[in-house]
Amino acid sequence: MANVLVNAPKTAKKGEIVEIKALIMHVMETGYRPGTNGRIIPRNIIGDFTATWNGREIFRMKMSPAIAANPFVSFAAIASESGTIAFRWSGDEGFVAEHQVSITVT
Amino acid sequence: MTGLRLAAVLLAVFAASFALAQGDPRRSGYREMGPALQKMQDDDAANPAMLFVQAGAAAWAEKAAAGKSCADCHGDATASMKGVAARYPAFSAEAGKPIDLEGRINLCRTTHQQAEALAPESDGLLALSAYVALQSRGQPIAPPDDARLSNLRAEGAELYKRRQGQLNLSCANCHDDHAGRKLAGATIPQGHPTGYPIYRLEWQALGSLKRRLRNCVIGMRAEPWSYDAADYLALESFLMQRAKGMAMDAPGVRP
Amino acid sequence: MTLRRPESPFRRLGGESGLSEAKSRDPFFRQRRKGRSTTLGATVGRRAFLAHAAAVAASVTIVPFAAHATPEALAAAIKEVTGGKPLREGKVTLDLPPLVENGNTVPLSVKVDSPMTADDHIKAIHVFNEKNPQPHVFNAWLSPANGRAFIATRIKLADAQKVVAIAETGKGEFWTAHAEVIVTIAACIEDIT
Repeated sequence: MANVLVNAPKTAKKGEIVEIKALIMHVMETGYRPGTNGRIIPRNIIGDFTATWNGREIFRMKMSPAIAANPFVSFAAIASESGTIAFRWSGDEGFVAEHQVSITVT
Repeated sequence: MTGLRLAAVLLAVFAASFALAQGDPRRSGYREMGPALQKMQDDDAANPAMLFVQAGAAAWAEKAAAGKSCADCHGDATASMKGVAARYPAFSAEAGKPIDLEGRINLCRTTHQQAEALAPESDGLLALSAYVALQSRGQPIAPPDDARLSNLRAEGAELYKRRQGQLNLSCANCHDDHAGRKLAGATIPQGHPTGYPIYRLEWQALGSLKRRLRNCVIGMRAEPWSYDAADYLALESFLMQRAKGMAMDAPGVRP
Repeated sequence: MTLRRPESPFRRLGGESGLSEAKSRDPFFRQRRKGRSTTLGATVGRRAFLAHAAAVAASVTIVPFAAHATPEALAAAIKEVTGGKPLREGKVTLDLPPLVENGNTVPLSVKVDSPMTADDHIKAIHVFNEKNPQPHVFNAWLSPANGRAFIATRIKLADAQKVVAIAETGKGEFWTAHAEVIVTIAACIEDIT
């Protein structure tokens, strides 16, 4: 299972802008480097990252090989309603990782 | 009256330690980094080493072959492991020789947990050592006052000054004589092991002090030692003694 | 001389003149006229140390890619996003360290001045570079639900170069900012073996 570290507040006031940070363990192999045998190591990256709030998309990102290993993304969101913030990373070699956190909005 | 005297004594102690801190010419690798990388290390939600710490916390509670987890003996690591990483390498009566933190973890595994030793630089070993080292964050490096470590430290000190490799350089050539100056774009650090294991951007991964030392040996164009070589333990022991009293900042981020 | 740097994020090949370039980049080299070092041993003066330092630096000197993005490729990638509409400077704040300590992981953030309302918001933030093997870094899609037009991430930069951020508004306007970044290199490399 993929190792994911998400940081989001557990509670927020309605209408407040919260900052969400998401880290995931992944090599982000660029596909441009030769390995010890001199052959190019095949590309293996996360290409897509999405975040949804109670199923509604709040952030989407398309990554290229120029995103650093163990990708870190931080973005803002308006605390709209209590529920679940869900994250999904997908990429080469069938990679998929999902994670969710709950948030109480008062 | 007693209270006043105590206050005066405390003030004097504080002043002395402050003066000492001001006068201490030692600088950690953290202090040599730019603000962007310091910020990356300081924010636990951004420090990539925290991914390994999270895995280490899970491994701490995981039962091994003998049905025992680290937690079964050591309890809550945030209490029991506080300051522990700051004291290694240390002499182990159990092993009958000095061992470093990774050695201690593997000794626990092979004896108390009846599990396989974790390979050097494996994710499993790095995760556990990062989790244990985190509990010493902010603690002063406190090498044991143990005569059984003297020989090893002396050996390390000698090794630190010994020129080696095709470039005929010693550790001291860079990290004493030219520390604080630039080699290519990088500031040469004084080489204090305050942040290990570190997430080194050059590696794009977490690595131990051994890996960093091995990396330096390769930089000197010398034949790198294997991970079980006693040379590492000697250098580690010397470097921790040299950094005595400096605050731990593990798990660090370094360029 | 073929240079190999297995831990680098991208392939680096070629580099006949690595040593001289390394010397010119090496602060030790500039100081060599100041005389012999008093801190080094009696038998080895500054000159010898310089030679060593230059040799260390030479192995990690950044050299051109066999193939890398060009200003033309950058322009083409930008056009894919803008469809040729004009780019206006302003509103966008692109934050990168001016001096990058290691190109493998470079903290980057983009902030755009926008009320993020239904009528007036930033729909997307795109980041491009000039000298990596390809010009794309990332595209991020936002909406008024974000409240703030902001993204922070970490990127790879293979060389000192220009990084361009473009913000696309809900109305289809494009705002931009760019940064010139100096990428320094780790002084000590490690081979994989």
